[in-house]
Amino acid sequence: MYNFEFEKPGSIADAVAALGSEDAMPLGGGQTLIPAMKQRLNAPSKLVSLSGIAEMKGVCVRDDGALSIGGATPHAVVAAEAGAHYPALAGLASHIGDPAVRNRGTIGGSLANNDPAACYPSAALGSGATIVTNNREIAADDYFQGMFTTALEEGEIIVEVRFPIPEKANYQKFVQPASRFALTGVFVAKYADGVRVAVTGASEEGVFRWSEAEAALSSDFSASAVDGLSVSPDGMIGDIHGTPAYRASLIKTLTKRAVAAAA
Amino acid sequence: MPKDSGIGASPKRREDVRFLTGAGNYTDDINVAGQAYVHFLRSDVAHARIKGIDTSAAAGMPGVVKIFTGADFEGVGGLPCGWQVTDRHGEPMQEPPHPILAQGKVRHVGDPIAAVVADTYEQARDAAEAIEVDLEELPAIVDMKAALADGAPKLHDDLTSNLCYDWVLGETDDAVVQKAFDEADHVTTLELTNQRLVANPMEPRVAVGEYKRGTDEYTLYTTSQNPHVIRLLMCAFVLGLPEHKVRVVAPDVGGGFGTKIFHYAEEAFCTFAAKACNRPVKWTASRTEAFMSDAQGRDHVTKIELAMDKDNNFTALRTNTLANMGAYLSTFSSSVPTWLHGTLMAGNYKTPCIQVNVKAVFTSTVPVDAYRGAGRPEATFQIERVIDKAARERGVDPIKLRRQNFITEFPYDTPVALTYDTGDYNGTMDKLEAAADIAGFAARRAESEKNGKLRGLGINCYIEACGIAPSNIVGMLGARAGLYDAATVRVNATGSISVMVGAHSHGQGHETAFPQVVAEMIGIDESQVEIVHGDTSKIPFGMGTYGSRSLAVCGSAMVRATEKVINKAKKIAAHLMEASEADIELKDGMFSVAGTDKSVAWGDVTLTAYVPHNFPLEEIEPGLEETAFYDPANFTYPAGAYACEVEVDPETGKVTIERFAAADDFGNIINPMIVDGQVHGGIGQGIGQALLEGCVYDENGQLLSGSYMDYAMPRADDVPFYTVDHSSQTPCTHNPLGVKGCGEAGAIGSPPAVVNAVIDALQSGGKNVTHIDMPLSPGRVWAAMNG
Ligand SMILES: Cc1cc2nc3c(=O)[nH]c(=O)nc-3n(C[C@H](O)[C@H](O)[C@H](O)COP(=O)(O)OP(=O)(O)OC[C@H]3O[C@@H](n4cnc5c(N)ncnc54)[C@H](O)[C@@H]3O)c2cc1C
Repeated sequence: MYNFEFEKPGSIADAVAALGSEDAMPLGGGQTLIPAMKQRLNAPSKLVSLSGIAEMKGVCVRDDGALSIGGATPHAVVAAEAGAHYPALAGLASHIGDPAVRNRGTIGGSLANNDPAACYPSAALGSGATIVTNNREIAADDYFQGMFTTALEEGEIIVEVRFPIPEKANYQKFVQPASRFALTGVFVAKYADGVRVAVTGASEEGVFRWSEAEAALSSDFSASAVDGLSVSPDGMIGDIHGTPAYRASLIKTLTKRAVAAAA
Repeated sequence: MPKDSGIGASPKRREDVRFLTGAGNYTDDINVAGQAYVHFLRSDVAHARIKGIDTSAAAGMPGVVKIFTGADFEGVGGLPCGWQVTDRHGEPMQEPPHPILAQGKVRHVGDPIAAVVADTYEQARDAAEAIEVDLEELPAIVDMKAALADGAPKLHDDLTSNLCYDWVLGETDDAVVQKAFDEADHVTTLELTNQRLVANPMEPRVAVGEYKRGTDEYTLYTTSQNPHVIRLLMCAFVLGLPEHKVRVVAPDVGGGFGTKIFHYAEEAFCTFAAKACNRPVKWTASRTEAFMSDAQGRDHVTKIELAMDKDNNFTALRTNTLANMGAYLSTFSSSVPTWLHGTLMAGNYKTPCIQVNVKAVFTSTVPVDAYRGAGRPEATFQIERVIDKAARERGVDPIKLRRQNFITEFPYDTPVALTYDTGDYNGTMDKLEAAADIAGFAARRAESEKNGKLRGLGINCYIEACGIAPSNIVGMLGARAGLYDAATVRVNATGSISVMVGAHSHGQGHETAFPQVVAEMIGIDESQVEIVHGDTSKIPFGMGTYGSRSLAVCGSAMVRATEKVINKAKKIAAHLMEASEADIELKDGMFSVAGTDKSVAWGDVTLTAYVPHNFPLEEIEPGLEETAFYDPANFTYPAGAYACEVEVDPETGKVTIERFAAADDFGNIINPMIVDGQVHGGIGQGIGQALLEGCVYDENGQLLSGSYMDYAMPRADDVPFYTVDHSSQTPCTHNPLGVKGCGEAGAIGSPPAVVNAVIDALQSGGKNVTHIDMPLSPGRVWAAMNG
């Protein structure tokens, strides 16, 4: 690790100000950033910790009915507190990493990092969530822009994520045996105006919506509605854990299982 | 009634108290005043010529003490290989030099190019980044077949090719073997890979070198399974130091699994640099470094053929293996695919004609050496997979086919150089059938099928050769070391005992099990006996711990030394009671004179030995301390039968292990709880190999599985509860305890059981899959089903 400065502001405004200096980076739970720094793959001049900002933490239901999660809320808090309102989301959070990762890692850090195998991106995209930053609101459909790439600008921080609460939802995570991130994960959410299906872990473009399945499930929310569909392996990830064809097959299997579990 | 102390009892492991409460003393816990830190600059390419190294900028960086490159080690020896294999033409193997720091070329990702010693670890790392290395990249040599092709690029310019040796064991006349195959009623053939593994002990490797200018003495603290072996190799072959000036300490070691047997460059470096810098020098491997510098395991590619007569008797076995040595010959690398693998190809079966051919190949990858089981898992995997395939092709029950071909008479001379002294393979199989409830399998399969899952049962038998010996034979086979062991039993004046042993415990539980033996022999409480190990300045010259040898070899030395102590103590007791030595009996810590009520306690005798006021000084010396060196007459031959039941999810290819039963014959057992633990751990490791682990290089020689993000270690929820049965016991015929060794059995016996079970499951689902290479990851199983 190279040397760096450290600040722990108490408000969003102070955090944004602290991030003004060159090569400063926000620090969420540090579960991705700190290992990268230890390996000397990342060398910020300054870390601005978001963990002391009360207005960025916690889970609550907004007046418009959406579930609001503060950008610096650890996975374990989501797992414990979101269950009453959005069980599929709490379930997803409860299966991220191990207890240490869940107690440190944050939803904002996960969405900012946008690892192609991470879990939260599928929930955010599958719920049509709104990513709220220090200066704007970004629809999930506009936010995810490919592996490790998002709409966030330099120095912009995720302060809140708003999830419209679906009628039914489920997340199926098929773990990569080593990392236990999602080898492929499918988040299915049924809303009054239609079904959303978001897939993580599979595509070289990062998290994406499987629109054919969405259409089929919007008219018939049953596992068999997906039977006739298939996903093309083109553009899927191939690595030592699975071929593109395998991931394509998992998408369909997991989608059916998610629908069955949600229904 | 289970005993509560002594041989056969299961006292809790006394060493665990310190391990589990953070009070262990591991090498990284050792800090010597004034120590500096070394960081190794390692190659990030697989194969290149070093055209220049410029350390000038780095040398001026803050905190830098000294920077070393290969040039600093000219005139210093290289890392030796401890076993010379002679090839099929009687020629010695090709043995390239293995420098401490790269000279002329780098030959694998991780090969050390330079070493920076600095005041702090971070300073050393900063300076290493400022070293400029001019590398001319050469083609990576990854695939073994390609490495042996005509015109393939050579890894070692001075060798004739990338072939280390071409070795044959068993029937050397190809025509004789071919005739047996020509006459067979049926031949089953299987091509398979025993994939490369990374040992991954929990504690990474660490070395601290210290030099005392005043006395010209060196101390090396290191994470080793065998401190005397390290001292010998480092002094005699690398640094040219007198052994009496060098102390090697291997304190608490957090797991070895073989990879801490070997003498590594970093150990020699820290010892050398401590003098060159006149400061202690410490190195602690990161996990990333461990992945690219700890010797790795397995990596065999094999074609095996089994010939049978019309009644399904095995008539001949032929196997051809390519064994990956990696870039250099690690300490015992050459012996693993040969004498630890070829010799096991008879398995538990009376196959009359066996030919084993092994070609060992250099590639631009991390060196490969012994890893839990070392050669024996590779042998067992081939034999038991091909038998399973044969049973399916012949439509016979796999247990019946095995039983029919079992060796039943002992001693048995195999066609591949071993003499099995004892065993009862049918009896062990009986235990397995009961432990695994084989009879209930059909019902369990039906239940799984109701839930949409495919269920399979896999059987495996293994034989292993442990406690490699005797020294005169292994010497003839090319070992450059003896394979005896040693123990000193030092009785203190008040009767407590320190036993200095050449074996090294790095998790096995010697500190608990060894005292059980001594305490039982004398009849005193175990708490009065303490084991001392891991320090060449304290223990006799022993060979360390690997190959399941500790109790069978070192424990035998300990028994011999204890017998000597008892004999002397009896003389003292006879003197004290004015009786004839022949009439003295020792029971429960009391010496008595047969047929009388005269007795004297152990403590009175030991006190007399050290306070010899009333002592037969003209007949015997005072004191009570004896040493024994023990060189076994033969290997020991643990054997067992394992059964694994899996469920396969036909949609995703995911395998879950539902049941696992093991019936092992380890001969006599000192501490059943520790033996259970060794078997549990071994099976867990074997399941890791079967389902999860795999070290993968891409075609450029880059490690694709270089961290735990991609290298899957087994975790608690990957393994089932185990049923283990050790009641099948045929004691070893040639060591005093009748023990055989249990440390590797689980890792040897489980991979074929798991793979056989998965194939059985897929076949039950109508999938015509006859083999899948390990690890049987969901992706691979799915691909095989949808192939
Ligand atoms: C062993 C292990 C297992 C894991 N398993 C899983 C898993 O199964 N599924 C899964 O989804 N994830 C998994 N993770 C990742 C984990 O969820 C991390 O918490 C997450 O990726 C990053 O969150 P963080 O709060 O730790 O972010 P950090 O590491 O602190 O930061 C990551 C990046 O996001 C930026 N950042 C942080 N917070 C914000 C913010 N509020 N606004 C803008 N930018 C920000 C940082 O500057 C940095 O670039 C695992 C991690 C580990 C170590």
